[in-house]
Amino acid sequence: MQYESVKVIHQDEVHGGYRLLWLNAPGIAPHVEPGQFVHIRVPHMEASVLRRPFSVYKADGSVLQILYKGVGKGTRTMTYLRPGDTLSLIGPLGTGFPALSPGNAPVLVAGGYGMAALYLLARSMPVQGIAFFGGQTAPDILCVDEFEALGWEVRIATEDGSLGEQGLVTDVIDAWWTERKDDASPVEVYACGPNAMLHAVARRAMDRDWRTWVSVDRNMGCGVGACLTCVLRVRDESGGWEWKRSCTEGPVFECREICWDLEK
Amino acid sequence: MPDLSVKIGSLEMKTPVMVASGTFGYGPEYAGLVDLNKLGAMVVKGIALHPTKGNATPRTVEVPSGLINAIGLPNPGVEGFVDRYMPFLRGYDVPVIVNIWGTSVEDYVEVARRLDGVDGVHALEVNVSCPNIKEGSGVFGTDLDGFRRVVDGVRRATQLPMIPKLAPNVADIKVFARAAEEAGADGISLINSYPALSVDVAKRRPRLANVTGGLTGPAIHSIAVKLVWEAAAAVSIPVVGIGGITNSEEALEFLVVGASAVAVGTASFTHPNTALDVTDGIAAYLEAHGFSSVGELVGSMERL
Repeated sequence: MQYESVKVIHQDEVHGGYRLLWLNAPGIAPHVEPGQFVHIRVPHMEASVLRRPFSVYKADGSVLQILYKGVGKGTRTMTYLRPGDTLSLIGPLGTGFPALSPGNAPVLVAGGYGMAALYLLARSMPVQGIAFFGGQTAPDILCVDEFEALGWEVRIATEDGSLGEQGLVTDVIDAWWTERKDDASPVEVYACGPNAMLHAVARRAMDRDWRTWVSVDRNMGCGVGACLTCVLRVRDESGGWEWKRSCTEGPVFECREICWDLEK
Repeated sequence: MPDLSVKIGSLEMKTPVMVASGTFGYGPEYAGLVDLNKLGAMVVKGIALHPTKGNATPRTVEVPSGLINAIGLPNPGVEGFVDRYMPFLRGYDVPVIVNIWGTSVEDYVEVARRLDGVDGVHALEVNVSCPNIKEGSGVFGTDLDGFRRVVDGVRRATQLPMIPKLAPNVADIKVFARAAEEAGADGISLINSYPALSVDVAKRRPRLANVTGGLTGPAIHSIAVKLVWEAAAAVSIPVVGIGGITNSEEALEFLVVGASAVAVGTASFTHPNTALDVTDGIAAYLEAHGFSSVGELVGSMERL
């Protein structure tokens, strides 16, 4: 975990309102593990007291790439960042994805910016597998070429049918599961996206005995475990539940740890 | 180099800048980013007699120039705190002030009694004013009789320096300040967060699960300076100024109106090093203005 002032290299528009921000962060970029995040103090937002957390899309040498969409106050302000601007960054933060268990076939499931959040994981995997991407419409589907270039098979679902199959990402997963039913090799799932998608994946994981890691997205405060804003209920040893911090113990949890009935 | 040291009762601090309870965890959370040894004191998150889970989520909401929180004081209980965090904190050369709370006078007294004599605990801050607990804590902060009973009880239970933390939402802060002094407090700290509510009008629902919370951050700074000014004039014990400090100038405002020390709160979330930057800024100010110690500055405000 480092606390550094970093320079904006540049940013460009990808598509569908998504933007790619390039930062020179020599103290942080080399240490980012898949699934970890960075906490940005967005410049020119003096009336905001909180930083904004972002998944890391790519980390190469000292360069970090963050894929985001200008939807809120913080991300809209970020669209004005220009080359040479400096911003304060804390990271890498959180507990990311664990390594694939030997012998398991990796499966990725992503919605929205979750595709970017899984790229580093896909790149670090010892073997390639299948990735399921879901979104409302074609512009919500990101990074397909990048995953295919790494050797992953990408299957897509959009709610309006403008790209891939029409429907939810879990529909495409269900079709794949039926198709591979004679293949008994164990799968291990890594998912990042909206909570409803994670819950839908978790239900299937529990029914079908998949080891499944989900990266949750909770409102975040300090990002380092002090403020206890980003907590969620996880099962404890006594059969009850306890709060865990998504910034510290998470954002990645095995789906069976989460009390989904309480965390809808 | 001007003398930055401050005393509150028998508590000796190297600098007048602490980190406020609830904004710095128990120490380990920020230890990788901030040199804890350079803090005036580390005020840990509120500790009760028994472990508690705190409120449902959402627990915080950002508002213009501030943050409303209703975390609800989740805590590991006094024994859990001593076992889990004191070994870590003893490894640092920084005074540890334990913020204590309860839902009854007896709870406060018992927590104070159990912390008395614990190696590495330097003082107690008595949280009579957290607005997010349904019974107890919040009531003691605004009810003078309840406030007196808590402060009296804690005083009898501990030899440690005792610093009641005052609620801002009272008719006359001087009354509570004097009551603390009369009960034998070594200092007072103020302000705690200000009761607040934020509404999502699209859903016509509160933004916090607890409905209301406590407002902190720059939004409350000038309110806090006014209350510290009044309280400091009413008592002769040291006052710790808290509320919306983001830089040394805002900390100096508290000192000039009569605070002997300050605590940085919400700003640590924005910039973890704020307390240390504030300390450097205070030292530079003292030097630039010819003060040989921070004490010379305390209460030095002149009328226009």
